[in-house]
Amino acid sequence: MYDSLKGRFGEFGGQYSAETLMRALGELEQSYGKISEDSQFKKELSNLFKNYAGRPSLLYYAKNMTGDLGGGRIYLKREDLNHTGSHKINNVLGQALLAQKMGKKRIIAETGAGQHGVAAATAAALFGLECEVFMGAEDMKRQRLNVYRMRLLGAGVTGVSSGTGTLKDATNEALRHWARRVEDTFYLIGSVVGPHPYPTMVRDFQSIIGNEVKKQIALLEGRLPDCLVACVGGGSNAIGLFYPFIKDTAVKMIGVEAGGEGLSTKKHAAAISGGSVGVIHGMKTYLLQDGDGQINPVHSISAGLDYPGIGPEHSYLHEIKRAEYVSVTDKEAVDALKYLTRTEGILPALESAHALAHAIKIAPGMKKDKIIVINISGRGDKDVYPVAEYEKEVL
Amino acid sequence: MLNRIDEKFNELKLKNRKALITYLAAGDPDIEATSVLVKEMVSRGADIVEIGIPYSDPVAEGPVIQRAHSRALSKKIKISDIMGIVKTVRKSVNVPIIYLVYFNCILQYGVDKFFNDLNITGVDGIIIPDLPFEERWEVDEFAARHNVHVITLVSPTSENRLSKMLKNPKGFIYCITSLGVTGMRNEFNTDFEHFIKTVKKYTSLPTALGFGISAPEHIRRLKDFSDGLIVGSAVVKKIEDSKNLNEALEKVGAFVSDLKGALDT
Repeated sequence: MYDSLKGRFGEFGGQYSAETLMRALGELEQSYGKISEDSQFKKELSNLFKNYAGRPSLLYYAKNMTGDLGGGRIYLKREDLNHTGSHKINNVLGQALLAQKMGKKRIIAETGAGQHGVAAATAAALFGLECEVFMGAEDMKRQRLNVYRMRLLGAGVTGVSSGTGTLKDATNEALRHWARRVEDTFYLIGSVVGPHPYPTMVRDFQSIIGNEVKKQIALLEGRLPDCLVACVGGGSNAIGLFYPFIKDTAVKMIGVEAGGEGLSTKKHAAAISGGSVGVIHGMKTYLLQDGDGQINPVHSISAGLDYPGIGPEHSYLHEIKRAEYVSVTDKEAVDALKYLTRTEGILPALESAHALAHAIKIAPGMKKDKIIVINISGRGDKDVYPVAEYEKEVL
Repeated sequence: MLNRIDEKFNELKLKNRKALITYLAAGDPDIEATSVLVKEMVSRGADIVEIGIPYSDPVAEGPVIQRAHSRALSKKIKISDIMGIVKTVRKSVNVPIIYLVYFNCILQYGVDKFFNDLNITGVDGIIIPDLPFEERWEVDEFAARHNVHVITLVSPTSENRLSKMLKNPKGFIYCITSLGVTGMRNEFNTDFEHFIKTVKKYTSLPTALGFGISAPEHIRRLKDFSDGLIVGSAVVKKIEDSKNLNEALEKVGAFVSDLKGALDT
């Protein structure tokens, strides 16, 4: 029955949105549908990817790590090397270009760790758009460096103290604001979440990650990888890596959720590993909730993964068992961040460190001719303070 | 089977009067207060009562109603408690009762069970702010089975969608006065005459205007455009500003009387 409904991945996805926003969602769907087939748009976007974001990002063979772990060959997809320091720029350039083509002069965005907010503020500066970023008050404390970066870029940052003061609440506030300013404002969602067409559109823009990996690994190894590992909050870096490989069923795909202080505690953000199916932010998906449908407060050391839901396409890949979803704890993520920094001289974001932590667990058990690709979705400069705080170091 | 909402609008039409619809959030400040506040609103002239089911993430609400939901949830209120109290209220109150509830609450409670319990407890209609026409398939079958009207929300941005949305509406049409979320407003920029006329092209059901209507002068200004007027945040604000239940009853009661006075003059 779901085939007849719009924007569905199996039973997941949909458009559980306020009536006031439905026209804007319809216009977005139409404009995106037209423009995604337009060769001029594709050319402009690929030019921006190359000459502005610095793509393609490297696929780096982690020789030290491979030798140290003694198992499969480890490659790192270096999204941390992109302009603004994470994969978020891919989606932002796509949507900002679309906003410009649609004649919008103003964009809004929600942000958790601030990576999407920084990317959105960057694109706004580049395209001459007005930009307002909604950010949880708690996250503003954790990521004050990024808050100031956004302000330097000319964006307004609006703190959101309702609820838990994190990404979920920033998203609520951005949706409320959009309902008020829907006629002149483009809502630039940062992950594969929200009502249709966002999960599909953001996935398309992020698929550059997997498409590049496919070409790069063919040149380096002459074959497909055996396993892909990526962290999942909303899940845009993961779906960007996975999507081009979905039909290559021999390629194993693993999404790593934020286990916080452990799944047996309530302090985690692992929607698939610890949640159930519900509706949040316009989509049907796995989420962390109680029996009355109230959204549970969630926790992760990584502000970018501190979100109670997950993109609907991940829920679908989980359900059809095409991808596997696991979780790692705050401590494992911090240890992995330190490990990569010492072993390869690469400081990853705490988000990406979740993917690393799981890869560190499974790589030793893999045969030496197996290939594992880990998505380093962002760089860790922004996480120096949170990690120091976690380690009880005073800077 | 006639629904109390239809009966009420028929009755008002015969008297050439408009409906006053007032909102409060269940469990704000506690569940016992809800029962007495509903009765007070009805005795002071509310024609229909709208009860909000408190939700952790009420994306259609402005700050006043958000805070009311937080206050209610901080007391660990459950949907089953609300069903229980409304069942008791129904014994002494005859006006239509409508829930405003976010879809995830219904989904987790169980859609069939939810609508069955609405029928049992005497709730006549339901407004689901995050369930647009495209996703109405989730509830339509169950609502019809249990004789509960799912009220269609229409916004100033709905114009090109109305022919689909208003194919088979029930109860009345909830016309959102302006863009944005719930909350008190000082001015309205919508062309109400055009807005309501457009809605009326597709349906003969009564219309009610809501969002931002917060004072007797708003009622006087808007009452000629529609068959009913909905006041939410301004009622909730009276409750919020009261030190205890007696004060809340007094303030809410006086306010509803004023609104009713403005509507009937």
